[in-house]
Amino acid sequence: MGRHRLAVLDRHRRHLVGELMRRFLLIAIPYIWLLALFLVPFVIVLKISLSDAAIARPPYFPQFDWAEGIRAFIAELDFENFIWLVEDDLYWKAYLSSLRIALTSTVLTLIVGYPIAYGMARAPEEWRPTLMMLVILPFWTSFLIRVYAWKGILSNEGFLNQFLLWSGLVSEPLQILNTTTAVYIGIVYTYLPFMILPIYAALDRMDDSLIEAAEDLGCSRFSAFWLVTVPLSKGGIIAGCFLVFIPAMGEFVIPSLLGGSDTLMIGKVLWEEFFSNRDWPVASAVAVVLLLILVVPIVLFQRNQQKEQESEQ
Amino acid sequence: MKRLSAFNVVSLTFGFAFLYVPMLILILFSFNESKLVTVWAGFSTKWYGELMQNDAMLQAAWVTIKVAVFSSTIATVLGTMAAYVLVRSGRFLGRTLFSGMIYAPLVMPEVITGLSLLLLFIGIGLDRGVLTIVLAHTTFSMCYVSVVVSSRLATFDRSLEEAALDLGCSAAEAFRLVTLPIIAPAVVSGWLLAFTLSLDDLVIASFTTGPAATTLPIKIFSAVRLGVSPEINALSTIMITVVTVGVIGASLVSKRALVKQRQEEQDAVRAS
Repeated sequence: MGRHRLAVLDRHRRHLVGELMRRFLLIAIPYIWLLALFLVPFVIVLKISLSDAAIARPPYFPQFDWAEGIRAFIAELDFENFIWLVEDDLYWKAYLSSLRIALTSTVLTLIVGYPIAYGMARAPEEWRPTLMMLVILPFWTSFLIRVYAWKGILSNEGFLNQFLLWSGLVSEPLQILNTTTAVYIGIVYTYLPFMILPIYAALDRMDDSLIEAAEDLGCSRFSAFWLVTVPLSKGGIIAGCFLVFIPAMGEFVIPSLLGGSDTLMIGKVLWEEFFSNRDWPVASAVAVVLLLILVVPIVLFQRNQQKEQESEQ
Repeated sequence: MKRLSAFNVVSLTFGFAFLYVPMLILILFSFNESKLVTVWAGFSTKWYGELMQNDAMLQAAWVTIKVAVFSSTIATVLGTMAAYVLVRSGRFLGRTLFSGMIYAPLVMPEVITGLSLLLLFIGIGLDRGVLTIVLAHTTFSMCYVSVVVSSRLATFDRSLEEAALDLGCSAAEAFRLVTLPIIAPAVVSGWLLAFTLSLDDLVIASFTTGPAATTLPIKIFSAVRLGVSPEINALSTIMITVVTVGVIGASLVSKRALVKQRQEEQDAVRAS
């Protein structure tokens, strides 16, 4: 009897241990993966941004040496690279210009994207899945290819100029490729689905009787749109703007394929600092500052998403 | 009640033209006889033939597919685990950090992710090549997978799982027999998303690769930097076609599965 009971208890205990073990592994495996390949790399970037460039392999100093201990190691670190970022005007100009380009193209994307999302939300019910699919499809297609497509269109002999010359709007080809204008076009084009989808989702949820009520109460169509539709789609607008602004700020592919020598963007500066100048500490410092700039919009974005989720429930 | 105004029709027409005309031009000029990408000189498929002769390009395509298959598969397993943890595991030590690490890579500029992973790989003395790209791609795509899967997990009826547990399933059996079939469409679309993200990635792959492994985007980027070439147009056309067929096919399959599932549920209700 006692023995039987012990056996049952033992089975229970083993079962419980098994469940706990499973729960532990379920949490631990993705956790450790992200710690090792997401968080630790950042700590390394931070550390190297405080180191000095050196002609060595790897090209920075100090290397961590267990024999000398952590105190001696920390004593070697300094903020020299960050001071350098402030002193050399290339860097702060690049940050400012990235900020300006990202902001302008976010506004442009909103201006292009909102009418499309609005049209989709008002389209007949049976068209909407197809329209959705048409917006999502470019997102699945290679980003690089979509940027490349514009190279052929915007060049001096490209399609746009051929069209403009043919129609007589201009008498000689416009220089668009390799200018900041081309960068704006590239960003608007590639990030457009990110703007359309959240706005469409917000408009789709909206109750149409509100518009009717506004119109019945004497609003014109335009003021009904401005006073009812726009405020109700605010969450979608904010989400879309962040989804465009945050990645556009660190963009590398678009400025290097479509932009010219005068298009300064920090993603490109970081790339060149690393690959051409092989100055790892400065590249790391550039990354740390970029991240600090982006922390504010990222936090605001997540707060907006949480608010949206709560209002849905 | 809703009617499309003229303004709506115009904005939809121009909007979709803006999205699709550039790609159509790209495709059209892959069939151009001339080497100039802007002047039409007659129909030809010779650039496709040249592409097939380009060993370096084919080699890069093979590396890219290998990386994408491995990274998206590992990312799907890890991302599904992470989604389960986020939605079902309640509180545990460091939960905020965990969800932060899931969402942060989604908005992180690629140059920063690439740089930081490269510095890690050099720091631990890992030789750069296919393995390091797979590790890098797995890390950011698992976050996308977990967002896709967790939104499905959050909306499904937990009582189904509880019923399975009450009827004597172990937690693992309940997951395999009840949860997994229900979230399967989300897991599949997570895998597809991870796969295309990996196929697509230029920046992170450039940072984390070594001389031994060149992926297709790296190859395309270095060719495209110099200017436009019809061979790249041909390659782009192939990639666009594969993605289009894949995405439309997958959505049709998942739609049919959904219809079938609803039908079965209705039949079950009628039978009881």
